[in-house]
Amino acid sequence: MAAINFGYTISQPRAIDIDRNNLRKSDEILREMPELQTCIGCGSCTASCTAGNLTEFNFRKVHTLVRRGEYQGAYEELNKCMLCGKCRLVCPRGINTRGVILLIKRKLGDF
Amino acid sequence: MKKAIVIGGGPAGMQTALQLARRGVEPVIVERENALGGKLRNWHRLFPTFTPATDVLAELRRRVDEKGIEVHLSTEVESFTAKSVKLSDGRTMPCDAVVVTTGFTLFDARIKEEYGYGIYDNVVTSTDLERMFNEGRVVKADGSQPRRIAFLHCVGSRDEKVCQQHCSRVCCVTGVKQAIETKQLLPEADVFNFYMDIRMFGPGYEELYREAQQQYGIHFVRGRISEAAATHDGRIRIKAEDTLTGRPLRMSVDLLVLLIGMRANDTNAAFAAGAGLTRAASGFLQPENLFLDSVRSGVEGIFYAGAVTAPKTVGETVNEAIAAADAAAEYLSKN
Repeated sequence: MAAINFGYTISQPRAIDIDRNNLRKSDEILREMPELQTCIGCGSCTASCTAGNLTEFNFRKVHTLVRRGEYQGAYEELNKCMLCGKCRLVCPRGINTRGVILLIKRKLGDF
Repeated sequence: MKKAIVIGGGPAGMQTALQLARRGVEPVIVERENALGGKLRNWHRLFPTFTPATDVLAELRRRVDEKGIEVHLSTEVESFTAKSVKLSDGRTMPCDAVVVTTGFTLFDARIKEEYGYGIYDNVVTSTDLERMFNEGRVVKADGSQPRRIAFLHCVGSRDEKVCQQHCSRVCCVTGVKQAIETKQLLPEADVFNFYMDIRMFGPGYEELYREAQQQYGIHFVRGRISEAAATHDGRIRIKAEDTLTGRPLRMSVDLLVLLIGMRANDTNAAFAAGAGLTRAASGFLQPENLFLDSVRSGVEGIFYAGAVTAPKTVGETVNEAIAAADAAAEYLSKN
């Protein structure tokens, strides 16, 4: 039986709830590449990003969400990356951003 | 011999007195508490080198003893001019110059009621944490080990709501230092620092910040905690925005550490009124000129050193004390 449409929907909470999120994958990622933790959120990676220029792709946001245990949609987002490596050239913290992207995809890919 | 009274026996006061003595002036230290050392007495280790605070304090005290400097403890100053200092017991001490080294007051975290300090047992301040470090253990109120700890930067700093618009400067690096020390004591614990900006202005500070991130895995979340509430099992539930993702963030912690700021002493107003000194909008005493005369008050014969004019580090304070003593000695040689 099809659900009756009452004309409203239920919004899911937008809050990141660290108590509910499973941080195991995030911990594994940070253990393998602790340099990701040194991100200071400057946004150079996103500013220089070819994919970000054409789509809503925002590497800084995606990896920050992954570090908080918000994995939903991260893998698909990272598929927009063309691995050109410009972000790595501009990162003031010297983070191997391309390595981070490949690592997150590897960790989340087996979901 | 000309006599200069140094009001306040913290690092600034002790160093000022030592330098005055070297310059041939007779210094007298007047200290409100029953021991020399000021706020440094309650501190465990100093950023960014983790130097024990007692190393600095013991050396300053030793030099003060060695020089035989006259010290009046448990003595409170009511008012002063360049020529005399009036004590709260009614006595008046004559002198030829005054150096004000009365430092700062720690922000009372209970004023930020939304964080629950004084209400919830597991909300502590950065000074409480230093006491725990001195005892060699970081524990919850019930004595158990915390597994998740949050630090909140800028409590009582950069906050119009509590009339403290200035930046206290040193709390940023203190938060990083304390997060590392906490991680050293509790390697299994998860540590989160909530900040508005991270201001790493001194040598070695940025390096320490990076070490905290990379070597110690401390999580830095850009966002100010808006409130803390107790959970049924005695933990602290906090709310913030993770501003770098644009999403609200919630989590429970076992211990919430508030990095309290440095505010101006209440005595500054009376001192300023009595001696004709100028106060900045922040309530700290205003030097004559920030660039060329930062240790002069603008009133002949009255000088400043240390955090009485603005939040400063121990190193900055101790160096400024030398400048203040030199300025005072130069003044006394001419007057």
